[in-house]
Amino acid sequence: MTLPPLRIGVFVCDCGMNIAGTVDTEALATFAAELPDVVAVIRNRYTCAEPGQQEIQKAIGEHRLDRVVIASCTPKIHEPTFRRCVADAGLNPYLVEMANIREHCSWVHMKDREAATDKAKDLVRSAVGRARMLEAQDEKTFPVTDSALVIGAGVAGIQAALELADGGHQVYLVEKEPSIGGIMAALDKTFPTMDCSI
Amino acid sequence: MMDAGRHPRIELLVNSEVEDVTGFVGNYRALVRRKARYVDTDACNSCAECAEVCPVAMPDEYQQGFSSRKAIYLPFPQAVPASYFLAAENCLGFKPIACGKCLEVCEKKCIDFDARDEVLDLEVGTIVVATGMEAYDPRPNDEYGYTRFPNVITSMEFERLICAGGPTEGNFLRPSDRQLPSRIGFIQCVGSRSASRGVPYCSNICCMNTIKQCLLLADHYPESRSTVFYLDIRAFGKGFEDLYRRTREEGVNYVRGLPGRIEEDPETHDLTVHVENTLSGTLERYELDMLVLATGLVPRKHNGNGHRSIDEILSLSHTSDGFVMEAHPKLQPVDAPSRGVYFAGCIESPKDVKDSVTQAGAAAARAGNVLSAGQVRIEAITAQLLPDLCAQCKICAQVCPFNAIVEASKKDDLLPDFIEAACAGCGTCAAECPFDAIHMRHFADEQILAQIEAILTDDPMQKIVAFACNWCSYAGGDTAGISRLQYPTSVRLIRTMCSGRVDQRFIWHAFRSGAPLVLVSGCHFSDCHYIDAVTWTQRRVEKVWTRMEKLGIRPERLQLEWISAAEGQKFARVMRELDRLLRQVTPDEVAETRQILQREEAKEQKKKAALAMTAAQTEAGEGARVEGNA
Repeated sequence: MTLPPLRIGVFVCDCGMNIAGTVDTEALATFAAELPDVVAVIRNRYTCAEPGQQEIQKAIGEHRLDRVVIASCTPKIHEPTFRRCVADAGLNPYLVEMANIREHCSWVHMKDREAATDKAKDLVRSAVGRARMLEAQDEKTFPVTDSALVIGAGVAGIQAALELADGGHQVYLVEKEPSIGGIMAALDKTFPTMDCSI
Repeated sequence: MMDAGRHPRIELLVNSEVEDVTGFVGNYRALVRRKARYVDTDACNSCAECAEVCPVAMPDEYQQGFSSRKAIYLPFPQAVPASYFLAAENCLGFKPIACGKCLEVCEKKCIDFDARDEVLDLEVGTIVVATGMEAYDPRPNDEYGYTRFPNVITSMEFERLICAGGPTEGNFLRPSDRQLPSRIGFIQCVGSRSASRGVPYCSNICCMNTIKQCLLLADHYPESRSTVFYLDIRAFGKGFEDLYRRTREEGVNYVRGLPGRIEEDPETHDLTVHVENTLSGTLERYELDMLVLATGLVPRKHNGNGHRSIDEILSLSHTSDGFVMEAHPKLQPVDAPSRGVYFAGCIESPKDVKDSVTQAGAAAARAGNVLSAGQVRIEAITAQLLPDLCAQCKICAQVCPFNAIVEASKKDDLLPDFIEAACAGCGTCAAECPFDAIHMRHFADEQILAQIEAILTDDPMQKIVAFACNWCSYAGGDTAGISRLQYPTSVRLIRTMCSGRVDQRFIWHAFRSGAPLVLVSGCHFSDCHYIDAVTWTQRRVEKVWTRMEKLGIRPERLQLEWISAAEGQKFARVMRELDRLLRQVTPDEVAETRQILQREEAKEQKKKAALAMTAAQTEAGEGARVEGNA
């Protein structure tokens, strides 16, 4: 299958010393530049910080990037950040791919810089390979039922229910015992104020 | 409590349990069973006449069993709703009526023996889980003679004995002889901070609770003397140190060391405590009238009555201490990994009233944000049917854990319907479809195949291709990273939302491309974020194992592991074990596998071509017949 030429930007994050302390990010950047369809590689001390994000947005404009690969931490932390970041620069948020070279690499191979760097290269190559196949996606929105279910009516459940109800939402407060109150209701006084619990 | 009872927007459902939750953020549907109470809560005015005539006496749970209650009773004086309750399991029987005395005396006729359980079908946008914790039970280990010596009590029992609304009307009497004790001991960390008894963590509240109890004693009984046996006093919160200092000023004696032995005088039931004072290095002996065990807090045990617990219903994962796991321990401390579900209170970790209230406020704010927004955006990771390839075999509809694929609705259309709003994106249908007729958005076949090829480009003999599900195994790898657990560098992870997405094709493609070892990893069955999608993963891997054996490929080269998000240590251990297995695979073996699989692929393509040919011929034949008929 022949693919149309793409314009991929790779952003390598040092994460201070969190990544750069173990992975040779300079070598990683050089490696990434040679990968198919990669037209720009930018190294950053902290890609997630405001200047790092601005750099991504600038590069999208300057290099007319149509895919963005970020080699940094786990997508579970910053994928939403970077999706927003590229969307603000006019790129579909599903055209971002992350290579986790921190939690899955620099932090777990701290004693072997060379092998960790090799692994980081593979993870970036894998992310670029996937990025080449990514497609723009549209997210759908759905209406929300304006009510909440609170399960358990001890002090926490009662408080959460009151806050939600005061905020104007319908609340169903479910308690398996015959009365609400939970363990708190069986306490005599509570610290540090030494006042009654009920 | 009263505020919650009378708030116009709070519907109280007591005696109720959640039986099932389906749907997704903003659009959950909960089935709640409201058990029969047999007393009309609105009509009951708590006159107590029913309880007066009830002949049954049961230990009163609210009073920690120090006094009794009837089968029909008010749970406690300030109960909300302020209504009596008939415990059917204690009642002498009403089908047929065996006693019926309460029914006779109730003037307002609020008792209804024919009441039935009701199952409510609720539509809600968000869910706050606040099911709390329970106190460590000192009985199984007979902590400090708790089961043998009547004057050894727990801190919860203390609360009832000192309370004006308690069984002794606030007179702090010791259980053996109902006399006022003057020498009271407290033992800290009972069931907490122990690798062998109870739990290894600090239960957070027990130090301050004991300090509070010492102050209550000093206040009510100035002539009493309290001694606290402790490991460390942890008075870290606002105002806590002041309270601790006050107890010292009141004369509370703090002894650093946990007692080794407790003896009881069988006549007087007085207690002798032997303890090594670790500050002075001396063995000491204390004569006491009463001993209070500051029991720790443990995760709530699942109700072993055959029903699924709320943790199972909502697929909540747990950290190693057994409390629920947050979406992120620092940045999303009240969010469950599933969107639209939040935690409040001790279900997340042991905490005091103030922290519970704080966390409940946070959970309510998070839940309220979603509700106020009015609409919710769903990630574009959903399954799409490719109608041209679909052979209407219906397997997709059978495997979908969310019933998001239903059989054709129109008579003349045999294609299944894909309900996008209900699709959670696990990808099981795409993996199971024998005709590759399902496209998984953002986790498409070609995207994953490209990753496999990228990983195996250089030096494949040193690489392990590992599929990890987003919620558990991949997150377990993150936990290993956060904990800096070191393991060999051979593994290369490919993230899918669910292990159910891992198509057999991916595994075969990896082996055909020269992978020495492949790992498929997912959530433990009880943690699966896609209900039971993980069971399909298991079946599929088993199928691949069988075929590997048939083809003469060592099945050990395909590994299957269940790793939760909290199991960083297990993740690291599995990676070390995989690295060991990797070393056993030889280049010859891999070369042979590639040959076998390439041959298989060629055979399959031939078969497909032949099938296509027959299909074309049949079509042509049918066309000819149609023409003939005309």
